[in-house]
Amino acid sequence: MSKNTSSSAFRKIDVDQYNEDNFKEEEGDGGTAGPDENEIITLLGQGKNVEALISVLKSAPLGCKNQQVKDNALNLTLKVLLSIKSNQIEDAVAKLDRDLVDVLMKYIYRGFEIPSEGSSGHLLLWHEKVYNVGGVGSIVRVLSDSKQA
Amino acid sequence: MTETHSFGVSPITCHAWNKDRTQLALSPNNNEVHIYQRSSNGWKLLDILNQHDLRVMGIDWAPNTNRIVTCAVDRNAYVWTQGDDGKWKPTLVLLRINRAATCVKWSPLENKFAVGSGARLISVCYFEEENDWWVSKHIKRPLRSTVTALDWHPNNLLLVAGSADYKVRVFSAYVKDIEEAPQPGPWGTKSSLGTALAEFPNSPNGGGWVHSVAFSQCGNKVCWIGHDSSVCVADASKGNTVTRLRTEHLPFLSCIWVGPNSIVAAGHSCSPMLYALDDNGQLYFASKLDNTQRKEAGGLSAMRKFQSLDRQARIETTDTALDSIHQNAITCVRKLREDKFSTSGLDGQLVIWDLKTLENSIAGLKIV
Repeated sequence: MSKNTSSSAFRKIDVDQYNEDNFKEEEGDGGTAGPDENEIITLLGQGKNVEALISVLKSAPLGCKNQQVKDNALNLTLKVLLSIKSNQIEDAVAKLDRDLVDVLMKYIYRGFEIPSEGSSGHLLLWHEKVYNVGGVGSIVRVLSDSKQA
Repeated sequence: MTETHSFGVSPITCHAWNKDRTQLALSPNNNEVHIYQRSSNGWKLLDILNQHDLRVMGIDWAPNTNRIVTCAVDRNAYVWTQGDDGKWKPTLVLLRINRAATCVKWSPLENKFAVGSGARLISVCYFEEENDWWVSKHIKRPLRSTVTALDWHPNNLLLVAGSADYKVRVFSAYVKDIEEAPQPGPWGTKSSLGTALAEFPNSPNGGGWVHSVAFSQCGNKVCWIGHDSSVCVADASKGNTVTRLRTEHLPFLSCIWVGPNSIVAAGHSCSPMLYALDDNGQLYFASKLDNTQRKEAGGLSAMRKFQSLDRQARIETTDTALDSIHQNAITCVRKLREDKFSTSGLDGQLVIWDLKTLENSIAGLKIV
């Protein structure tokens, strides 16, 4: 007879692994090398911060499996976000199409994970402006999309 | 205008109407299905169907043959027929699944029904005269996760299924034992049961369980909604092109077609929204259908404000009412008549919406 124990170890057994056609995460395209750092730095140097933002978001390696590439893109995107002044944020968000707004939201949340001096306050401003455009749907997609920043 | 009916405090899992819309079957978030008769002074409970052991997940009422099919987490489905005494008698259907059944739909001709399940398959069931029971055939490939939603094509031979593997698929559900072979249509020519005719990912960004799927009346278009707050339509007559709309709302849970080009979607935002297709086949947001203003409990008087500041050190009162009729997520949307639909949700309410009067009361609203 089976004994009634308080052990819950059996819950950790992955019974689905013996199933032949398991759900697997789709292989990402992998080809995206991420944004071109020199180009973005040049744009920032010329004061074209909004162009730099659009460029960095368009080439975001969301589907990439290489964590190093993703981290580089994250750092670069944060650099762009933090270089745009508070009073320019609204105009910058207005220049983005809806897909890029969603990408931007993903980077804002990732940015909260690695705070630096004064970054979180600035990102909260970004969050407010992006939320005004993208609504809660944009936040939902940060959570639900498997291609994350 | 809109009618609101309350069925207690417990959530309504799902609901279904009989043919003349005088009776209603709903499940109060447990193993029971309640049958209500509509009368001049409210709803009269006629019968309680309590054959299931666990929570009921799906109910569908076949209008012409007057049979109810229910499915539940206990992995069973029952077909209920009404006896001469008006009581409902269950017949067990052998689904042969090892996970919960999640959704069920009668085919338009009512000779088959399909059950989706957590066992990553769809059971297509039909009645076998010889043995006097319901038998099921499985559609397995290429489903990779729980089937969350189903809908039948008007031709009785195709199924669309939404799944937790973020995909929507169109299958052939032709059972050669009981029906004529299908004619080739826009969805494809292959006919054997279980052939996947089309597959659409919910989002190019990956993610978003599919919560609900629906074939349009003509059968050439499929609409679905996902957990990434999106509404999507695929059109077979235009080479399976997909138009997607990522909305700014909370995710939707249920959708139906209310016109050749109009979709009503409702979900966690507690208000049904109307979406439509323009002449180029692109989706656009048409209107929010619930424009109820929030009832101020006793008005926001200065006295109340200072009282609240004094007691709780904040200005807001404890009023948590939402500015919509439904006070919690809408989980089920059903077509009632050509110009009416009903919604039920976690707040235990059932609301009947009249599109004709909504068209008149909301400026610029047109059902296309």
